[in-house]
Amino acid sequence: MNLTIGSKYQEFREKIQEFIRENLTDDIREAGRLATSVFAEPKRAMAWQKILHKQGWVAPHWPKQFGGTGWDVVERSIFAQECLKANAPPLIPMSLLMCGPCIIGYGTEEQKAEYLPKILSGEDFWCQGYSEPGAGSDLASLQTFAESDGDDYIVNGTKIWTTYAQYANKMFCLVRTSREGKPQAGITFLLLDMNTPGITVEPIIGLDQVHEQNTVFFDNVRVPKVNRIGKENDGWSVAKYLLMFERGGQEYAPALHFQLAGVRNIAEQVYVAGSSIWQDPFFKRKYCELEIEISALEFTENRIKSALTNGQNPGPEASMTKIRGTEITQAITELALEAAGEFALPLQVDVIEPGSKDVSVVPEFAQTVMPKYLNARATSIYGGSNEVQRGIIAKMVLGL
Amino acid sequence: MDFSLSEEQRMLKDSAARFVKKECQFEQRREQMRSPLGYSDEQWAKMAELGWLCIPFSEKYDGLGGSFVDVMVLLEELGKGLMVEPWLSTVILGGRLVEMLGTEQQKQDVIPEVCGGQMKLALAYSEVGVRHQLTNISMGAKPKGDGFVLNGEKVLVLSGQAADQLIVVARTGGKAGDEHGLTAFLVDPNAKGVTLSGYTTVDGYRAANITFNNVQVPDSAVVGGVEGSALNSLQVVMNEAILAVGAEAVGVMDLLYQATLEYTKTRKQFGVPIGKFQVLQHRLVDVFMQCEQSRSVLLMAVLHYVEDFKESKKSICGLKVQVGKSGRQVGQEAIQLHGGMGMTDELNVGYYFKRLTCIDALFGNVDFHLARYAALV
Repeated sequence: MNLTIGSKYQEFREKIQEFIRENLTDDIREAGRLATSVFAEPKRAMAWQKILHKQGWVAPHWPKQFGGTGWDVVERSIFAQECLKANAPPLIPMSLLMCGPCIIGYGTEEQKAEYLPKILSGEDFWCQGYSEPGAGSDLASLQTFAESDGDDYIVNGTKIWTTYAQYANKMFCLVRTSREGKPQAGITFLLLDMNTPGITVEPIIGLDQVHEQNTVFFDNVRVPKVNRIGKENDGWSVAKYLLMFERGGQEYAPALHFQLAGVRNIAEQVYVAGSSIWQDPFFKRKYCELEIEISALEFTENRIKSALTNGQNPGPEASMTKIRGTEITQAITELALEAAGEFALPLQVDVIEPGSKDVSVVPEFAQTVMPKYLNARATSIYGGSNEVQRGIIAKMVLGL
Repeated sequence: MDFSLSEEQRMLKDSAARFVKKECQFEQRREQMRSPLGYSDEQWAKMAELGWLCIPFSEKYDGLGGSFVDVMVLLEELGKGLMVEPWLSTVILGGRLVEMLGTEQQKQDVIPEVCGGQMKLALAYSEVGVRHQLTNISMGAKPKGDGFVLNGEKVLVLSGQAADQLIVVARTGGKAGDEHGLTAFLVDPNAKGVTLSGYTTVDGYRAANITFNNVQVPDSAVVGGVEGSALNSLQVVMNEAILAVGAEAVGVMDLLYQATLEYTKTRKQFGVPIGKFQVLQHRLVDVFMQCEQSRSVLLMAVLHYVEDFKESKKSICGLKVQVGKSGRQVGQEAIQLHGGMGMTDELNVGYYFKRLTCIDALFGNVDFHLARYAALV
């Protein structure tokens, strides 16, 4: 048992740092600094994706033959940490983290050849059509129907909470192809072109006044059957495969340590009657409690990495990282709000647009505090609400 | 980075688990707790035979030269068997202090005896008003002839009754609050002027208040031979004790979690096992997550200590905070979900709950270590 990081990793880290120093422009960095959710400003995020693609580093978690880097779990973690430290914007996850792995796992050779290169290059911008007005955490109850018509499906229905559909030219979605048997049994995984006639995208403005989400309506939308991933009525397996792929892939703790340090930075700059918020022992105590919680998650994630490195399956602890990661995310945004106090109140949606010329009425450190707090409420809702996650752990780990 | 156990550590874990299963059945344990001694001498001898008393000591003094990873592996398992034997006081609080601070002669006199199970130790450091802040110690030791005279009272001396030798911390200089001036003395508990008043703690363990009335000790009783400079070693020993009880707490929590989970699968109310109720499922998931988080922080604190990281002190405070909070939640939920049975002396759950409650109060509770942690941030 040891915490030793081999010297080859130190060299690796330096190589990454050097690359980022030389290639990440200030303009792109600004999108990282101002990002108030996991979805960064798309223009600059895509610019960063193109730079990484040129270097061959855009999809570290993909198998090497499809464009992955061949890095091990520690190297991938180092890469993610260095991008974070440098304020690089997070890459838009729908293509690289979600759709790509499904095509790799279940797509035909033709589908892989057609879609994967354009996912890597960023030529295609994908959005995810899972949730529906009547199907949130109970995803399997989805009703958007795909009727067979010769070589095509005719799709009718509504998808909701579709992040960045306004920018996307492609969508991967789950549709119902059968109403027989268990709800999970009649679901099919489809890829479609957002320019197909019959698709309407309507914006949903979030409580942070930002347009991230959309409702997407399908009115007799014709989708060729060759766009199906996996077998008809077997889409649930594809969706589950994606969840498995995600598990152990995402690390929360490095980003959380980084975000908490940001809260300290705010607290050190806000003075009340000559002393900073940081000097308030009550505030500092809350800060320390959060730091300990992050350390607990960090070492839980280290345990998972250690198991993966040793070729073992991670233990039951792997199932809890989403819950803890998002709960702590929310707590950090809350603490930032407390540190910033009334500086967090002015509504300044335009100021936090990268490249904005608008003048802020509050100090720079306070600009994103409220939008982050508001947006972070979503973290315990999306990707299977934390209540659903607890239900899954109760069933799969506790055997209840 | 590797969290897997070595072959030897796996064997240690297995043998400790077997020992707990065979020798530490709850009914048997409860009998031992209520016996005059408070534990089983036979068991102590077995622990010595198995090499569990010599793990952290240098091979030079008959130790195994093990690390705190080994201590963690052992204590986590023994915690599941409610380890009432004076292991912590003898091996860590007493033994490790002598090994760190003692003269060559003292080490040779004490540690092989500890390793063999012939000598039990207790560390008398706390006083009313000290509350783990060692610099608050005020009991005095005045020079007299070729030695010192000790006067004062020590409280909550863990396993004090069992000790063949006491290690008493007193001031040979400075005043309460000063870092300098603390000296540790080896004192025979049967020496003239030593009065020991022993009692049982709520978790079934033993402790004693000890008064020292003009107790004379020779110069050779000064641990390390140099007076006034025991603070650093004492602090290291306290940190090692936190690692040990942290591991014990993780074992206790794991046992409570498993026992509670099993119970909710079998106990029926309203015609179904109570584990079918979603509100209980989610609470059990929270208990599971508390156990895992404590285990993770334990690994962090132990490995930071073993590998001499600069954050080590902070991590140890973090461990005590984590097991304090988790221990409270896991323990309280275990009682709640066992319902009325959880409130009885008949069921083992209450004993583990009380042990966790006591562990939080030992060596500084959540508040104490949060404040200390904050000072290091």
